Amino acid sequence: MNSTKSNPLTFQELILRLQGFWAARGCVLQQPYDVEVGAGTMAPETFLRVLGPNPYKVAYVQPSRRPADGRYGENPNRLYKHTQLQVILKPPPENVQELYLESLTAIGIDLTQHDLKFEEDNWESPTLGAWGIGWQVMLDGLEITQFTYFQQCGGVDLDPISAELTYGLERIAAFLQDVDSIYEILWTRDPQSGRATTYADVRLADEQQFSVYNFEAADVAKAWKHFELYEAECGAILERHSELNQEISTDNSEAKRTRFPLLAAYDLCLKCSHLFNILDARGAISVTERVGVIARVRALAVGIAKAWVNQETESFEAVA
Amino acid sequence: MIWPYSRGGFPIGTMPDFLLEIGCEEIPARMIEAASIDLRDRIGKLLERERLSLQSVISSFDTPRRLGILASKISSSQPDVTEQLMGPSVKVAFKDGQPTSAAHAFAKKSGVSVSELAKVTTPKGEYLAATVANRGRSAHEVLLELLPKEIASIYWPKNMYWRKPNERFVRPVRWLVAMLDGEVIPLEFFGLVAGNETRGHRILADHAVKIPGAGDAYVRALHEAKVLNRSEREHQIRKGLDTATRTVPAARWREDKNLLDAVVNLTEFPSAILGSFDKSYLELPEEVLVTVMRDHQKYFAVEGSNGKLLPHFLAVLNTDGDPQGIIRHGHERVLRARFNDAHFFWQTDQKHPLRDRAQSLKKVIFQRDLGSYYDKTRRVQRLCSWLCEIIRRNGMAVRPGVVHKAAMLAKTDLTTELVKEFTELQGIVGGLYACAQDLDHGMPEATRQAIADAIYDQYKPASLEDAVPRTVEGSVLAIGDKADTIVGMFALGLQPTGSKDPFALRRQANGIVRIIAEHKLPIGLNQLSSDSYETYRGTAAEQKFSKQNDYAESLRGFFRERVEFYLRDVLGFKYDVVNAVLVTGYDAGCDNVVDLVARASAVTDVRDLPDFQSIAAASKRIRNILRQASEKGFRPALAFDAGSENVEEAKLLHQKLQEITPRVEEGIARREYIDTLRRLAILREPTDKFFDKVMVMVDDGAIRANRLALLQSLLNNFSTIADFSEIVTEGKESTKELK
Repeated sequence: MNSTKSNPLTFQELILRLQGFWAARGCVLQQPYDVEVGAGTMAPETFLRVLGPNPYKVAYVQPSRRPADGRYGENPNRLYKHTQLQVILKPPPENVQELYLESLTAIGIDLTQHDLKFEEDNWESPTLGAWGIGWQVMLDGLEITQFTYFQQCGGVDLDPISAELTYGLERIAAFLQDVDSIYEILWTRDPQSGRATTYADVRLADEQQFSVYNFEAADVAKAWKHFELYEAECGAILERHSELNQEISTDNSEAKRTRFPLLAAYDLCLKCSHLFNILDARGAISVTERVGVIARVRALAVGIAKAWVNQETESFEAVA
Repeated sequence: MIWPYSRGGFPIGTMPDFLLEIGCEEIPARMIEAASIDLRDRIGKLLERERLSLQSVISSFDTPRRLGILASKISSSQPDVTEQLMGPSVKVAFKDGQPTSAAHAFAKKSGVSVSELAKVTTPKGEYLAATVANRGRSAHEVLLELLPKEIASIYWPKNMYWRKPNERFVRPVRWLVAMLDGEVIPLEFFGLVAGNETRGHRILADHAVKIPGAGDAYVRALHEAKVLNRSEREHQIRKGLDTATRTVPAARWREDKNLLDAVVNLTEFPSAILGSFDKSYLELPEEVLVTVMRDHQKYFAVEGSNGKLLPHFLAVLNTDGDPQGIIRHGHERVLRARFNDAHFFWQTDQKHPLRDRAQSLKKVIFQRDLGSYYDKTRRVQRLCSWLCEIIRRNGMAVRPGVVHKAAMLAKTDLTTELVKEFTELQGIVGGLYACAQDLDHGMPEATRQAIADAIYDQYKPASLEDAVPRTVEGSVLAIGDKADTIVGMFALGLQPTGSKDPFALRRQANGIVRIIAEHKLPIGLNQLSSDSYETYRGTAAEQKFSKQNDYAESLRGFFRERVEFYLRDVLGFKYDVVNAVLVTGYDAGCDNVVDLVARASAVTDVRDLPDFQSIAAASKRIRNILRQASEKGFRPALAFDAGSENVEEAKLLHQKLQEITPRVEEGIARREYIDTLRRLAILREPTDKFFDKVMVMVDDGAIRANRLALLQSLLNNFSTIADFSEIVTEGKESTKELK
């Protein structure tokens, strides 16, 4: 007996509905990023796009991996990999809160029948050198969205700022469908046969197997090795970038600058971040190391962000 | 407008109401009230400074989405002011009866003609003067110009910027209302222009609302738009909670001031609903259930007439009700998931009992330079065993085995899932687990309970209102744990400065002082500090200690402030009594809180008796005489010699002093402070007589030195318990020796 709706959205209808809503409001619909990330914020469509002066509007689904949150598929509310729908509005429109509330109506939530609160919740990611100010949006006591005004990213002050809306899709779907376990969420129903496919059908094996891998099987020594290799390569790219910046400007060097593979460097940084999470879940990072390792990943992220701002500003000025 | 209207459009002499409303995206609940007061004060000061307010009453209307300020009957314009400007001297201004260029220049500058200038006589001679009428500006004009700066200056604990880096506010401002009666003041702030439209409740009246005029009309307009003021919301919430609870027989909701403030500040139009959860969750400890409800869901707990939790909760909504139970259903669903989690964590944690977790504390950092919680545990165990020893030596009962085991397990709950999820339950969870688990084979039940209680209470007192640990064992653990943190931080040079105290060292030290006082423990603060420092010796942490700071000295000063705070602000002793006790007690090495409290209370008992008023005055007088003597290089004799004294009053005083000194010493040793002070009172009369008849600072050096020695030993006697020269006496006392 949730909303007055008798036919709540399935998981995939929820995604389609939100994508349709934001597409109709001018957002680019991106696909989920194909490198492991812990949150939609880490996908380059957020982390890099919020930097620099270029306006941008984008929405995408992002499966987000947090190895330490895995529960072998046994806990009804916790997942190793949950699904976010991420919206970036840069700069935020004046009616950004109203737009967000309209999106709730679009997925079948009649706001006049519910209890809605915006409660202070500021977001911070030490690994990314990023923070923002905002709220957790509470609907009948359930946190359904993280609403953040990004202030800084990769250690760079943002101008303009971006609004980031992060919908927790599993929570919202469970709420709409009024089920107590994520695994009972109806993912889809075959329109021809009427056959139901649940969240468990699609994702349970994922949760079980990756929990085993992250907590028990991952080879610690090799994961460290991977971490160091990715870090070294990312660092080497950043090194080349600073050399390039010192070269005397020619037509050729300008082309080199715009084509410089900062996006690749960022992928390598994401790999480091994910490996750090695995090592952490594995209990392989001692207290003393922990802060240091986070600082190493942040150094990469900050280096990339700074380089990216230069690249973006140049191309922005070229267009303008 | 033409006369009699001022430029603001108000007839001169009318007193319009003023309204300012800042419409904002949801302001964090914890910041609203302070910001509202700040804004009200700013407006009040502005009106006064600009001479726009005579008897204006200023009130506020604040909600998560608005800060409203109403000022009734302000002046429609500043009063006109007539001012006399002084010009050049007449000698310079006129030559041969004709105005000079100096006179013309002054007249021009003052905006009058030369013929309108007057001559005034001053002590320096005759000067020219111009009388200028400054017309007061209209309220409209002044407010239009000055309000934006006041709005921008509101203090927020955490700001954001949203357009340009200089546009900083707590959250984006979305609308502004500024009015004098019905007239808009179109002030500009960060790209917005103020108008006369506000907005109603986000769900119940989601539209623009036109405000007909400042004053009551504003409040009525908001009420119609389903927006209530702070006190109205609190009233409505209390009423709602009462009504909802009444559906459960013999139930009541648990009063919780902080929670009530939070929900008042999260709503514009509140109501309350009663929800239920499955009885089986009541098997979880009440502490866990209440924490989940209060801290995570902002629900009020419901209890029966016996004070035990009932399987219900109360949620405060930001809407006018829930006729179909949809919202209740949602809240129940969320709480069920939360309780399920807690239950799951509880079960999971039992797979690894606390006794198996001690080693894993090596992985949990306490403080970067002070090592892991494992290191801390080792230190606290050693410190606690010494504390137990001291307590036993002083004839008090304590079970060192219980303390030792409790200290060993105290921090292990930091590795449990339940504490990782609900960090505010640290210590409490450890205590609950110790109670539910097998700690050692064959351990008697009573021992286990004692260990569990000590672990449970280790962070107490968490605040001034919180109780101290229930048992001596829990007290020892709580003191040892806090001392270890304080001493380690001081040794690193990380002591609190000014308002900065990130590790809450002051609160922890206050805790130590209170525990010692309330349990009457024979633990000295300096001894505690040095014992704790001893446990750091030879550890890796010691290498990190700051070389140039005198930690011991700063710790003594730090604890002195804490004792002073305790005596004065917690126990309510008068400041002069506290000073008197600290000077004689703490500064002379008495670091025992129980002793200091006893002295303060003894001094308080006698301070207003005439004898002691007199002793206090005499003490001050003696101190002054001794100081003056010392400044002149006059030294007292080693001891008073009655044979070389010829004035009877001096001999008598000496005799009384000799009689009483051993009894005073005995009384001090037994800490019978009140009796000892009463004994001292018999010195009053001979002392007064001495001062009446005897001159101390005589020319004869031998007699002078002899009398100074007598005064010195008299002062020593007076000051054994407290320094009476610190006591403020009612009468006026002489500070100089009469000649």
